[in-house]
Amino acid sequence: MSDTHAQTVAFVRETQIPPAPPPATETGVIKWVRENLFSSWVNSILTILSIYFIVRGVIAVYPWFANGVWGTSDLATCRQILDGATGACFSVLQDRWRQMIFGIAYPDDQYWRPLLAFALLLVCVAPVLFSKLPRKLLILSALYPFLAYWLIWGGTIMIPIMVMVGFVAGYYAFTWAERASGFAAGLASFVVTASVVWFIGGLISGAMPGFIALQEVPSRDMGGFMLNMILGTICVSLSLPLGIVLALGRQSSMPIIKGICVVFIEFIRGVPLITLLFVANVVLAYFFPPGTNLDLILRVIIMITMFSAAYIAEVIRGGLAALPKGQYEAGDSLGLNYSQSMRLIILPQALKISIPGIVNVAVGLFKDTTLVSVISMFDLVGVLRGPILSSTAWTGIYWEAFGFAALLFFVVCYGISQYSQWLERQLRTDHR
Amino acid sequence: MAELQTNMDVDTSQMKVSDEVAIDIQSMNKWYGAFHVLRDIDLTVYRGERIVICGPSGSGKSTLIRCINALEEHQAGSITVDGTLLSSDLKNIDTIRSEVGMCFQHFNLFPHLTILENCTLAPIWVRKTPKKEAEEVAMHFLEKVKIPDQANKYPGQLSGGQQQRVAIARSLCMKPRIMLFDEPTSALDPEMIKEVLDTMIELAEEGMTMLCVTHEMGFARQVANRVIFMDAGQIVEQNEPEEFFMNPKSDRTKLFLSQILGH
Ligand SMILES: Nc1ncnc2c1ncn2[C@@H]1O[C@H](COP(=O)(O)OP(=O)(O)OP(=O)(O)O)[C@@H](O)[C@H]1O
Ligand SMILES: [Mg+2]
Repeated sequence: MSDTHAQTVAFVRETQIPPAPPPATETGVIKWVRENLFSSWVNSILTILSIYFIVRGVIAVYPWFANGVWGTSDLATCRQILDGATGACFSVLQDRWRQMIFGIAYPDDQYWRPLLAFALLLVCVAPVLFSKLPRKLLILSALYPFLAYWLIWGGTIMIPIMVMVGFVAGYYAFTWAERASGFAAGLASFVVTASVVWFIGGLISGAMPGFIALQEVPSRDMGGFMLNMILGTICVSLSLPLGIVLALGRQSSMPIIKGICVVFIEFIRGVPLITLLFVANVVLAYFFPPGTNLDLILRVIIMITMFSAAYIAEVIRGGLAALPKGQYEAGDSLGLNYSQSMRLIILPQALKISIPGIVNVAVGLFKDTTLVSVISMFDLVGVLRGPILSSTAWTGIYWEAFGFAALLFFVVCYGISQYSQWLERQLRTDHR
Repeated sequence: MAELQTNMDVDTSQMKVSDEVAIDIQSMNKWYGAFHVLRDIDLTVYRGERIVICGPSGSGKSTLIRCINALEEHQAGSITVDGTLLSSDLKNIDTIRSEVGMCFQHFNLFPHLTILENCTLAPIWVRKTPKKEAEEVAMHFLEKVKIPDQANKYPGQLSGGQQQRVAIARSLCMKPRIMLFDEPTSALDPEMIKEVLDTMIELAEEGMTMLCVTHEMGFARQVANRVIFMDAGQIVEQNEPEEFFMNPKSDRTKLFLSQILGH
């Protein structure tokens, strides 16, 4: 009996089964189509309907692109050429691209400067965005703001150099005083040292206005998509650190700091950006001592930065709240102090969780820079609505102009979004 | 009493209790709001002691050992660790925390850092050890807890038992003189419990002063030189393990022991 049992149960394979290709219905395109487009009746109907609408859409839009007219200098000529047929007047882009990109007043022969600043932006921001690049390159990123200011606004190179020297001197004063007598003393000596250097620097650069100078371009001549890029870049890079500080402040156990942060965040979030911009335009001047004429762009930057910092702070607060208490305790029990455990343990994790929210705010901020058109600044939308649409040559052209604006914004925002998704994949260490 | 019979090989030759006081707690009280969690705790721990703290859930065991490294504040009485009085002075707190290592029930490793970085973080930033040296020390302790080959993985890629051993190694890298354990094995599967206990036994064999909150009674009997039973925020009974298990004095201890050993 035991023999028969062994024969039915025991089993040894003596030949190898050769590998075979999977059946055709289970691979490649056919499988994909079947699984994704025609997996059920409902799905099949939806697929067919969608194909129908896509085809209709393409048929409707295609001639608009295909018949597009280039090379005319006004809308009337373009319409004449089209002669009633559907078609776009792309010549507005050809005729007015300078204004759309650089605004109405930036000198033509200086276009290379913002373009170079933009190219350098791509280079210098790379070490910040990609941690695999050598850390030494971060020096480039630190130098960039000063270089870009000089390129875009012009004037003597002494101004940005002096500002930079002020920061460096302030930094050394800070570390020296902090080690000796604490954070507050450090901060105070930063402010004092930097102010002194800036004051002296102001005298020096005022005395030598021609030293390695570029033609000066005043802020009010900035415009077009360049203005959106300037505002977007500066405000995003300032509002992230400010948002972090606000979020940490809101968690603080010190009631005064906590109170200030809560009031700031709740107030700024509760007010529409557009009112803040009006405030920047007219009211803010009252808050500064008479005689100081704070640049309008600077005022707008302050407002947009505060606005998005309040949002970013709340996003980061969500990330902080998502961290288990054990992470704080582990840091404490190892003897790390507050700033170390924040910098090394809490923030890296909280920021990682917050990436989608932060990117959401950043993309929103970038698009909101077009709101400056309502306080009569000629950003891309301002240029379109003002000088272009109200000119006799191009009045009445909407699709081509705004479509182009939308395309420019889309490219940038989509780029940011793609980067953030890549970054999230890079930082995913928990379950790999 | 099945759990008490499991025999672990414990080499007691190095386990010596000296007269030097490591932790001195005097009539310490703690409240959460109006709730009196710890009541009149008096406890003196000598260097080299292995103390196991047990008691029913909610009796304040975790709170007690968390007071020792100031993760929780106490409101009355005094705690002195290695001669440093625990007060609200941040300097004292930092000194004590760098002398006292702690292991948590849920490991609390830093998920965004590799195992090696987890171990080198505090030595580099708190002790200002050069990175290379910190890494050597870390590898030494990772070898000791028998996971040097996982050094470049992330915590999420390790099993629970491995994570807890990393957590122990991470504390050891700070070269602490006292180790606190808060239920280090209660989130683990049985076969992982053994590997963590083995690590803890090895530590005890080397003469580390240890305070363990644990319900591993086998460990308590073999390794501890003193078992403390807590209930409702008080130390109800403490004794040598043999006496404690075989001859408990208080009724509450008897009830507790019958519940955890009886099944
Ligand atoms: N942050 C807190 N706020 C208020 N009450 C708390 C807090 N933490 C703990 N408690 C209470 O204090 C008491 C003691 O808690 P503790 O965590 O020390 O118990 P334990 O003995 O470690 O229990 P367990 O075995 O379940 O871990 C419990 O009743 C608990 O509800
Ligand atoms: Mg507990």
